[in-house]
Amino acid sequence: MITYALVFTMACFGLGLLMNLWLLVRGPGRADRVLALDTMVINVVALLILYGIRQGTGVYFEASMLIAMVGFVSTVAYCRFILRGGIIE
Amino acid sequence: MLVDIVICVFLVIGGLFGLVGSFGLLKLRDTMQRLHAPTKATTLGIGGVLIASMLYFLLIKGSFSFHELMITLFLLLTAPITAHFLAQTHISLRMKQADLPESGGAYGWSLFDDPPVMDKPSEPAAPPQAPH
Repeated sequence: MITYALVFTMACFGLGLLMNLWLLVRGPGRADRVLALDTMVINVVALLILYGIRQGTGVYFEASMLIAMVGFVSTVAYCRFILRGGIIE
Repeated sequence: MLVDIVICVFLVIGGLFGLVGSFGLLKLRDTMQRLHAPTKATTLGIGGVLIASMLYFLLIKGSFSFHELMITLFLLLTAPITAHFLAQTHISLRMKQADLPESGGAYGWSLFDDPPVMDKPSEPAAPPQAPH
């Protein structure tokens, strides 16, 4: 039963990833694109965790945590670059 | 069996909330409205997935790991910061100062106003010039 629920949840997050990609392409502004990229990172983290459950190993938690951290830093860096024209002042 | 049902419920709830978050990102009209979807719904969805993962590894695999708790803490901490930065970016790109309400303070909004001048330490007075 868990297998079916895993497949369903992975399908949900995969579909969400496609929607984020569509917003990334369409997005009317730069802020929308950064927002889509940030949501994509969160969805990818969820997919990695689901894959870890499916494989039954805890190896993927480190990877998902690293991806979450890098995603946050990249979003903040992108926003600061738009706001100030530089990342490190 | 009960454990399976609980884990499945958390997984399905997480997946549905993640889908709602990503769908809201497309559906909502304005950037400021669009900020709501991923910062609330998607964070809740990934929270459900992380709870399911924690229960799975604790109750079925018999091993407890702190990684899920750390990921949850990290995501819950960073989501409002990200939303704040994105809102700032949107305001600075798309809005004018006249569109915004009053800041209600002594100074205007920090995105448009120059920062208030701090009181500089009083410099020593210039030495009196010798009369010519």
